Amino acid sequence: MTPIATPFFFYLLAGTMIIGGVLVITRRNAVHSALALIVALLAQAGMYLMLYAPFVAAVQIILYAGGIMVLFLFVIMLVNLERAQKERQFNRIWPVGLLSAFALGLLFVGVYSKGKTLLPSEMMQIPESSNTQEIARYLYGNYMFAFEIASLLLLVAIIGAVVMAKKRI
Amino acid sequence: MGEITVLHYLVVAAALFILGVIGVLTRRNVVIILMSIELILNAVNLNLVAFSRLYGLHGQVFSIFVITDAAAEAAVGLGILIAFFRNKETINVDEIDLLKW
Amino acid sequence: MLSYLQSYLGGDALTPGQAGNQLWALIYILVIFAGVSVVVMAMNWIERKALAHMQVRLGPMRVGPHGLLQPIADALKLMLKEDIIPARADSFVFWIAPLIGLLSAFTVYIVIPFGPTQAVTDMNIGILFMLGVSSLSVLGVVMAGWASNSNYPLIGALRSSAQMVSYEVAMGLAVVSAVLMTSVGGIGMYDVAGDGIGTLSMIGIVQAQQAQHVWFLFKFFPLGLIAFFIFAVAMIAETNRAPFDLPEAESELTAGFHTEYSGLRWSLFMLAEYAAMVAVSSIAVTLWLGGWLRPFPNALAGPTWDFIFSLFPGLTFLALGAIGMFGFVRMPAHPFFRVQKLGLGGFAAVLALIGVLLLAIPFAARGHEGTILAGFAAGLSAVYWFIAKVAVFMYLYIWYRATFPRYRFDQLMSVGWKVLLPIALAVLIATAAVGVLIPVIQVWFKGRAG
Repeated sequence: MTPIATPFFFYLLAGTMIIGGVLVITRRNAVHSALALIVALLAQAGMYLMLYAPFVAAVQIILYAGGIMVLFLFVIMLVNLERAQKERQFNRIWPVGLLSAFALGLLFVGVYSKGKTLLPSEMMQIPESSNTQEIARYLYGNYMFAFEIASLLLLVAIIGAVVMAKKRI
Repeated sequence: MGEITVLHYLVVAAALFILGVIGVLTRRNVVIILMSIELILNAVNLNLVAFSRLYGLHGQVFSIFVITDAAAEAAVGLGILIAFFRNKETINVDEIDLLKW
Repeated sequence: MLSYLQSYLGGDALTPGQAGNQLWALIYILVIFAGVSVVVMAMNWIERKALAHMQVRLGPMRVGPHGLLQPIADALKLMLKEDIIPARADSFVFWIAPLIGLLSAFTVYIVIPFGPTQAVTDMNIGILFMLGVSSLSVLGVVMAGWASNSNYPLIGALRSSAQMVSYEVAMGLAVVSAVLMTSVGGIGMYDVAGDGIGTLSMIGIVQAQQAQHVWFLFKFFPLGLIAFFIFAVAMIAETNRAPFDLPEAESELTAGFHTEYSGLRWSLFMLAEYAAMVAVSSIAVTLWLGGWLRPFPNALAGPTWDFIFSLFPGLTFLALGAIGMFGFVRMPAHPFFRVQKLGLGGFAAVLALIGVLLLAIPFAARGHEGTILAGFAAGLSAVYWFIAKVAVFMYLYIWYRATFPRYRFDQLMSVGWKVLLPIALAVLIATAAVGVLIPVIQVWFKGRAG
């Protein structure tokens, strides 16, 4: 299936993601930040679709936008303080943070401009129709061990979160 | 402006990463810091999936694991935040500065 | 020009999800918008009348003949009501919350197949997309409750979202066991397709049911039945309907998360709720009840049986028209009822006319196989059977509301986590085990016989 209008959709989704990211780090109200993050995550799911990764896109929507962000919204509602909104939003040493992020940006620019030629020129032909089957083949084949450990990790996280948040253990 | 190569996706992922780092380093609200960490993880995911376009499906499988880990980490981090909030009634990282009080 | 249009109407352009199908996708999107709005209004009327009759009373009788214009009156009232936003409420989040619920409810319709080629698109990950998008409706609920800046909506939103998130897990597991059944063959008389290719696409799931000659409801009996039951219970909890409607019941929480919404905003919530009901019922029909397949497509195959079953749409509308005519005849001849009587007669006549039209189509397409008319007749028949099955589910929703008492919130959560989730896991493991063991047992039997 030939993709249609790829540059248009790429710039649209990339712009949405960047604007969402900027809104996340600059909003005073935490709920507005969470909403901006949801928009950025949904735009990222769209970018995954453009990269011929429909399964990862669906997992992103189900887990990130529909699970983790609901958790964030719950916690924001629980700890929402009125006085927190009237205080300063940025901490005392924000110029240092901005400077280090700028240094990181320079590093990225350097790496990408020098390493641009190292990338292979033609993309792999990934068939779109069997993406889930191929991922399943890798997940239950090569990466079976990591899969089991991830399930153990989730169990530990569940128990940890329940113990942390209970009023009386 | 014409052809969208993998490098375009990598640049977008780098931009998101930098935005997440700025969020972590400059905000005072703990929840927003956690959300910036999610931004960082998403940038890494985009990077992985973009590279999987060149080198095979391993990147996508790894990104599924990253999403799983992000969920676990968000749950535990928010649990810690709730436990801390119950004791000290603040969500300001400038005031969360003692190991024991 | 005509041939250009004809090229869009037939052949390759019909396949959903393929390039070149954009015109049909747009047509289906518009049809879905219009259809869902009509269905929501019809559901409003049917719910009030059916609930009333189950409670031995009559329901709305005044607004139109037998209350048929009641939904229109309700819609007008809601549109003309004052739009109140609570003081110190976050107005941006307050405005956007019903939109998110509405968006997620309507986006599910993209992947629902109303017929073999009658879908907006056919994603390879169709069922996964449905699960993801329906989990976005939780965000709308949470934001609505939080933005109202008031106690009852906040508690209602927290409870409602906790309930929806809990039942999503059981729903997902039930869906996974249905998807697993597409890739494993049957046993005995159901072993026609052998070892199929598993698929997540909704059209593929119905085609797997057609190829394996069995609705997944009856496959690996009783596993398909239990999985369907889990999904049916979870979908009622997902859409916050009785008996799981504690977060929005009036006697409990003064309408829960949509307390502070008035007028058109509240009607958006109601629209989202009914649209979500139809959407998850369509998913249940597609996954377990054979989607658009008519009863016995393989046992009673052949053109005559196809023709007999394709008469059903017309006969249904004629029956509805006959019921309307019966009401028309029984209405008293008092001049007070003159307008109502005429209205009911007109409505019944319109229904009968639609019935006659729908009867004429298979008769006209009988001689000409393979033309656009025959394709249209087959598509119409498929869509009719799909809608009939979804209508049964809608009626079941109303029946549950009239019959079952409400679950208390802790009972609700304990049912979701402690009852449905273990049973769903057990069904999933059993389905996988049976599917893997059947070829092994067959080979063993063949070895013993030969």
